Amino acid sequence: MSNSTLEDPRQTAYNAPEADSAPITDTTGATLAGFRNAEDLIIPGVEDVVEESTSHHHPHGSDPVDSQTMVLNMGPQHPSTHGVLRLVLEVDGETVISLAPDIGYLHTGIEKTAEAKFYSQVTPLTDRIDYICPMTNNTAYALAVEKLLGLEIPERSQYLRVLLNELTRIQSHLVWLGTHAMDIGALTVFLYCFREREDLLRIFEAISGQRMMSSYIRIGGVALEPPADIYDRIRKFLNAFPKHIEEYEGLLNANPIWMGRLKGVGVLSGEEAIALGVTGPPLRASGIDWDVRRDMPYSGYDKFKFNVPTSKDGDVWARYIVRMQEMRESVSICHQALDLLANLRDTRLNADAPKIVLPDREQMKTQMESLIHHFKIVTEGFQVPAGEATSSVEAPHGMMNYYVVSDGTAKPYRVHMRNADFANLQALETMCKGRLIADVVAVIGSIDIVLGAIDR
Amino acid sequence: MADPITNPATPDAIFGKAAVTEALADHVAILGLKDLITDAKWDRKELTLTIAPENIRAAAQAAKDAGYNFFEDVTAVDWYPAEPRFQVAYSILSMGLKQRIRINVRVSGDDPRIDSITSVWPSANFYEREVFDLFGIHFPGHPRLTRIMMPDNWNGHPLRKDYPVEGYR
Repeated sequence: MSNSTLEDPRQTAYNAPEADSAPITDTTGATLAGFRNAEDLIIPGVEDVVEESTSHHHPHGSDPVDSQTMVLNMGPQHPSTHGVLRLVLEVDGETVISLAPDIGYLHTGIEKTAEAKFYSQVTPLTDRIDYICPMTNNTAYALAVEKLLGLEIPERSQYLRVLLNELTRIQSHLVWLGTHAMDIGALTVFLYCFREREDLLRIFEAISGQRMMSSYIRIGGVALEPPADIYDRIRKFLNAFPKHIEEYEGLLNANPIWMGRLKGVGVLSGEEAIALGVTGPPLRASGIDWDVRRDMPYSGYDKFKFNVPTSKDGDVWARYIVRMQEMRESVSICHQALDLLANLRDTRLNADAPKIVLPDREQMKTQMESLIHHFKIVTEGFQVPAGEATSSVEAPHGMMNYYVVSDGTAKPYRVHMRNADFANLQALETMCKGRLIADVVAVIGSIDIVLGAIDR
Repeated sequence: MADPITNPATPDAIFGKAAVTEALADHVAILGLKDLITDAKWDRKELTLTIAPENIRAAAQAAKDAGYNFFEDVTAVDWYPAEPRFQVAYSILSMGLKQRIRINVRVSGDDPRIDSITSVWPSANFYEREVFDLFGIHFPGHPRLTRIMMPDNWNGHPLRKDYPVEGYR
């Protein structure tokens, strides 16, 4: 693999020029020659693929079938594109020559909508971006606004966020594993995964009142006190879950079809992964040891001990192994969070900011002051000091950043989300080039994209 | 080098090029982009460097050479009706230093354009297409600058502030 010559890929800037290859230029003549596989890193548009295929057609009179390529449309309504992703492929027989993703079918203008809402009203919008991991979206948004406000979040809320983020990670990975395995043809795994996911969704429902669009993590803390028995329920789930992971692995690890379809497919080197902006499990499976939770800790992650699974292979199989290990690490983080929370019972839950955090329901009904605060927050929102802030969290799909700009009013001037899925999709061509169409399906499954997060 | 994020001596907020370069004199990004900075800001433990639009490719290369190896994203903020109207914000991460910087560029409202940095970071491709689509800022040097979210025949650029939330009536 090409990155084996690099000492530590995180330290190098990847601009060692390659002597014998002609410089690859873009339309203005700027050069990409610093990259080893420069032509793989120019991500084509749909028009590029179509144009290139016509240039491969032979002139009139030559063999009509031989050495011609075909343009194939895959999606947007295709079961294995995990949503409304359209791919335009140029194929020679069954071999993919080039490929371009066409996105935007699920574009709902969330960034524009957010500019017309109060800060607290944006939280439910963030649920709907990456709809597989709403709690993570909420956390990223809350962290950015809290940074602007300069709010201190009590420890109990922080650890509760960690706990829910990790449960969300398990839940997201279960959806990934189930659908990925279903794409490859292993239907049973899907049913097993959704059985455990149902337990998690019931836990989320008990905590927040919603199975999926939970909006539980709010600016200044969390929405409400979790129910009394919930920690025992989570503990029970966590104790049973490692057995279930073994169950999935029992179905897959020695399965010859699963191995044949995954091993050596969709290889991405660490160098290419960084150049194409890939983050999350695909980055770690390509040998780059980077995890926001450990390297730039947020929400009290520095108090937790966990391993960051990596692999050097960079293929679909490596991504599978990395995610399975991540689920085990998440279980361990959840146990630690429960231990920490057990020592913090009856301490403060939300930040001490009555003008920002909605009062407790009972207080609101019984105390005049709380009622006024509640009324003010709901009708006028709260003003946020002018400035800009970026938060960064490790979402199940990779690095998720929220960039919030405030002009000092009660509505955000600009909210921008960087979702890992959007950048990870850019690497699709590099991973699929020269492989079979069937491998495209395996690769899409392995980068674990959610179109809601891509199109926003 | 004392990390300005963990160093308690670093003040909370510093504004202006002279003050920031003095307070964070040994910051890798300040050293690497010294000649290109026109304005700087250290606020909420985030370093924001302002660059002239014509220098963006040089600044991206300088940041990369300084160890900021990972391009996170680029987006824009429309400060309509102020001029220069658009703020193009690049977020760049150093995995080695575990630090993030923001490079801001102000671009004029009539014929907004700024050089593409896809030759430095190919990952900027989709992000620049998104900014072009939603803000109408052109990126000369981009391999194929087409709309990415909206349909190709769409009128207007939705994230501009003079574009109404509920569409034109």
